[in-house]
Amino acid sequence: MSLKFALVGNPNCGKTTLFNEITGSTQYVGNWPGVTIEKREGKAKKIEGDIRIIDLPGIYSLSPYSMEEIIARDYIVKEKPDVVINIVDATNIERNLYLTTQLLELGANVVVALNMMDAVEAKGDKINFGVLEAFLKVPVMPISASKGRGVKELLEKALQVAQAVVSTGISASTPELHNDSIMNCIREIEETIVPKLKSKSGNSRWIALKLLEGDENVQKALEVPGALLTEINVYQEKLEKKYDMDIETVIADSRYQFTTNVVSKAVKKQEQSSNLTVSDKIDKVVTNRILAIPLFLAMMFGIFSVTFGTIGSFTVDFVDGLVNGTLGNFLSSLLEGAGAASWLHDLIVKGIIGGMGSMLVFVPQIMILFFFLSILEDTGYMARAAFVMDRLLRKLGLSGKSFIPMLIGFGCGVPAVMSTRTLENEKDRRLTIMLIPFMSCGARLPIYALYTAAFFANNQTMVVFSLYLLGIVIAVLSGFILKKTILKGEVAPFVMELPPYRIPTLKGLLIHMWDKGKGFVKKAGTIIFAASVVIWFLQYANFSFQAVADPGDSMLGAIGKTIAPIFSPLGFGDWKSAVALLTGFIAKEAVVSAMGILHGVAEATEGSTDLITALRTSFTPLTAYAFMAFSLLYLPCMAAFATIKREMNSWKWTLITAGYSTGVAWLVAFLIFQVGKLMGFR
Amino acid sequence: MLRKGLSRLARTLKELKPGEKAIISKIEGEKGAIKKRLMDMGVTRGAEVLIRKVAPLGDPIEVNIRGYELTIRKSEAEWIIVE
Repeated sequence: MSLKFALVGNPNCGKTTLFNEITGSTQYVGNWPGVTIEKREGKAKKIEGDIRIIDLPGIYSLSPYSMEEIIARDYIVKEKPDVVINIVDATNIERNLYLTTQLLELGANVVVALNMMDAVEAKGDKINFGVLEAFLKVPVMPISASKGRGVKELLEKALQVAQAVVSTGISASTPELHNDSIMNCIREIEETIVPKLKSKSGNSRWIALKLLEGDENVQKALEVPGALLTEINVYQEKLEKKYDMDIETVIADSRYQFTTNVVSKAVKKQEQSSNLTVSDKIDKVVTNRILAIPLFLAMMFGIFSVTFGTIGSFTVDFVDGLVNGTLGNFLSSLLEGAGAASWLHDLIVKGIIGGMGSMLVFVPQIMILFFFLSILEDTGYMARAAFVMDRLLRKLGLSGKSFIPMLIGFGCGVPAVMSTRTLENEKDRRLTIMLIPFMSCGARLPIYALYTAAFFANNQTMVVFSLYLLGIVIAVLSGFILKKTILKGEVAPFVMELPPYRIPTLKGLLIHMWDKGKGFVKKAGTIIFAASVVIWFLQYANFSFQAVADPGDSMLGAIGKTIAPIFSPLGFGDWKSAVALLTGFIAKEAVVSAMGILHGVAEATEGSTDLITALRTSFTPLTAYAFMAFSLLYLPCMAAFATIKREMNSWKWTLITAGYSTGVAWLVAFLIFQVGKLMGFR
Repeated sequence: MLRKGLSRLARTLKELKPGEKAIISKIEGEKGAIKKRLMDMGVTRGAEVLIRKVAPLGDPIEVNIRGYELTIRKSEAEWIIVE
């Protein structure tokens, strides 16, 4: 028989680590609030039997104010997992138990996993599990997910609970968390009003509580008629009057009174030493009044220097030699030896090796960038960056929380757009999504790397850094304009946890880096492969499917020549650039592979050095810069486009986003080229 | 007189300086997303808050509450009455 265990817990409680530990999957673990965004599943490996583990989003509460909370609550109410494993960060137990109280109210079969016990022991604090169990009326299991301690016992206990429920048919009893006057109201609503409801989902005690709390989602889902709402209102007013607070606050307050009481009875805290913790010491420097912003910029600059400096370019040369040199030569002589047709030789060496190779050489560089970004994420620095930058971002009508998705946007737009789900305000979310494409993602790196190598060999780092800055400046200005025009609205709140600094595990960092690198290699093997073949064919033949001598006469040449005039005012009106930019919609890095194919390089000897020589004939430093700026800003790639559509859930806004970015790209490239020309650059 | 005396006692979280401690007595304002979020994060009546620091640009602030670090803007801190 198959069982379902759901993992529920606050952001940053070590939930993803536990999920990895149980399922044995190589899942990425982050360290900023809200990193677990999608529902993930895995099979429990440490225990006999068919047990599926569902990882729910990290949430602070079950009150349905954000999408993640709704996902988690709906899952528990509708899918009814056999056991809900509630992970509680033992170092932050009081607030973590707030969610626990709501899970208990829901009537779920809860097993509490008290995580980070190693940190609690190190601090010298003592937690009495027996007292906790007595209050919560559910099993409490101490674990340390990062060290793998207690995980097997946790699963065995959860299995016991599940089997007990199945054999007896009795679910866990809900403890009476609230005081008598609230409990009386809940009981009366449960007895007099709940039976009159037509539709019912969830247990009646919980429904009564939600009705008392005035939860609109539940009211809607149960189609509560107006007459009953008036009856409920009597109870609400009674309590509001008694406590001089609105009803939501009364209930929340009451839950916290419960958790405070439990903690005071069950936890013995070691006398707080007056010494600063390591986290405090780091914070003193990182969020220092004077140092914070220079430090942030220096860190970003440092990351780019390593990625594009000696280490980065070494990896590029190495892979280049391997793919375009060794592999290209080998295949070329093999094909010649086998007497392959010249078109086949051309397709494989120029089309496939040339196209995919131009992109593959940048994979190590992308992996290095992701390595650094995941360090920032896993250590908890990202949340501090949001803290430091909030004031600036608010000037644009955004919050510090938008900063995190934008930073992720430097890696890849797809997870960045997805991570905007942590934003509670719909308009903020929309604005953040519209700005993310301006953050220069990893896939645009190959374009910069190629063009800077060709035209700015002496100051590659500076030029690439300037492009990243350009993207940020454009995002800032856009935020300012959009917030004043089509996305007017109130300022959203900024209430965020600053997690303690943690030393990331090398394993976690490498897993993340490898995942991203793998993603790009996979893309090279599928989308870029297909695109390479198609582009090769389109430039090989004309519309009557006959091979042409000059690619300018090919199908692709014809398409390129038609749209090229659009780019003439930007300084790169040749058909090859036009075609390369078109293919950039498939994936931004495809611009480079298209350039490779169109210039007929990868002649199996010197690889991309040939491409650089070829580019020097059709570009100048000025037009190269305009071209890079255009590539940075225009139309997000297919994958990002699809994600934006899914997250915005509106074709109108998706098209506005795409149209806006392309318009901005054209305008900026136009200004760079025309103003640069006037100033005498070439 | 009494009103005046009371209002002098009632301060908001925004007025506290780094290093100061206080007990939350009330959260003002209509119910809604902001208030709910504050409650979810443990900002409720009776909780002790310690002001840790102010961000480099003057806003937001960092506070310690219920044993963890929380950051909120001054505009939100203004709704929180402390004693």
